[in-house]
Amino acid sequence: MDFPAELRYTTEDEWVRVADGVATIGISDFAQDQLGDVVYVELPAPGRTLAAGEAFGLIESVKAVSDLFSPVSGEVIAHNDALTDQPELVNSSPYGDGWMIRVRMSDLAELDGLLTADAYRGRLPAAG
Amino acid sequence: MSTGELRRLPLRERHLAAGARMSPFAGWEMPLQYTGILAEHAAVRTDVGIFDVSHMGRVRVAAGDAGARIRAITTYDVARMRAGRAHYSLYCTPDGGIADDVMVYRLDDARWLIVHNADHAEADAARVRAAAGAAASDVGRETVMLAIQGPRALDLLAGVLADGVRAIGLRRCGELTWRGAGVFVGRTGYTGEDGVECILEPAAGGELWDACVAAGARPCGLGARDTLRLEAALPLHGHDISPETDPYAAGLGWTVTLDDGVDFIGRAALVALAEREPPRRLSCLRLLDRGVPRAGYAVRAGDVADGLGLVTLTSGAFSPTLRVGIAMAYLPAAVSAPGTRLAIAIHGRDVPAEVVARPFYRRDA
Repeated sequence: MDFPAELRYTTEDEWVRVADGVATIGISDFAQDQLGDVVYVELPAPGRTLAAGEAFGLIESVKAVSDLFSPVSGEVIAHNDALTDQPELVNSSPYGDGWMIRVRMSDLAELDGLLTADAYRGRLPAAG
Repeated sequence: MSTGELRRLPLRERHLAAGARMSPFAGWEMPLQYTGILAEHAAVRTDVGIFDVSHMGRVRVAAGDAGARIRAITTYDVARMRAGRAHYSLYCTPDGGIADDVMVYRLDDARWLIVHNADHAEADAARVRAAAGAAASDVGRETVMLAIQGPRALDLLAGVLADGVRAIGLRRCGELTWRGAGVFVGRTGYTGEDGVECILEPAAGGELWDACVAAGARPCGLGARDTLRLEAALPLHGHDISPETDPYAAGLGWTVTLDDGVDFIGRAALVALAEREPPRRLSCLRLLDRGVPRAGYAVRAGDVADGLGLVTLTSGAFSPTLRVGIAMAYLPAAVSAPGTRLAIAIHGRDVPAEVVARPFYRRDA
């Protein structure tokens, strides 16, 4: 399972990639594997303001539904339209084409409270 | 008897080696999925899949009067079945509720086989023993049960098992010998697709699993089994049917024989139920917008003015074949006609839905 070192992670299995104050957010390889085939993703419209830890959407797989939580605070400036017709991108490319929203961060210091790849991996249940 | 320990399938190691994700179900540790539910579902609809369904209860009855004895505990007049036939039937409670749904197979004049749901395997076996005495034997622990399902299932089995499998017609059953082992074959299933269910001793069962997989059958888990059966609108006991629902409300009146005059458990109550229109009917709903309906979600009246009351989904899923949410619920008769617009509450959103004819999916004949 892949956890890119340049990303930060949450205990709820989201990831964040930050560039120029904008956080791109998705779910981890572990999360997509646990969910199984993703069939529907509900995302907020641009313009919505999110607080860190707030639920911003839903992800439905064949077998389960799960809330999506924003790792950071700020304004949603984009969501991934491709997931409307190709929700399976979350499975095939969780860190790439399967991204979910972009948020203009209101507090860059929030990044310090997120997990490194090593710390995130260390929290996962042992493979078995 | 529940001990808290999950029962393990005899072919467990094969499932783990094939990448199965295991999950508890009805007291068993069962494969939920291997590579993924969508791919497994598609394999059964377009090619062929194989399921280990050894959790199902299996009771043999061997007696010259077995037909009459089984008739006394089941809704369908099984005594009229000819040798080599299979028929779906119900066990009812004395008040006409559905205690379980079962498949009855008549192998020859004196030998029968009944397949029960895992949840009720012990109670059902006791029911059969009470009716048939020592002629009944629970063979669940000494056999495995494999379902090979899909449009290519018969071709695959003709090559793997024996060409004679083709002679077993739809809703029929027979016996073959393979590598020295007896194999029961029923041309039945729980997927809405053509296929068979095989019962045989575990060692030969493992070899049959391997041979089918080598011939191209994709291992499939309970996840795909559930989406497949729901597309075919086949009820799941404990969800769509239960002791609180009766055969007529469930659309299963065709499994109840009353005109032979023979008594069976629940008959008196069913005679009364048969004389009225069921106030609610198990109906099919299809979402008109995105979302995934699931069991327990509420049905909303939508455009229907009033009188819906509290209705919750008995089953719901994303249909991999139709690419839309599908569900079943007991709808009041007034709103159960196909075309009726309702809604399903999905995470705070009322998603429009439409009543559709049963089933959602029917294979090309």
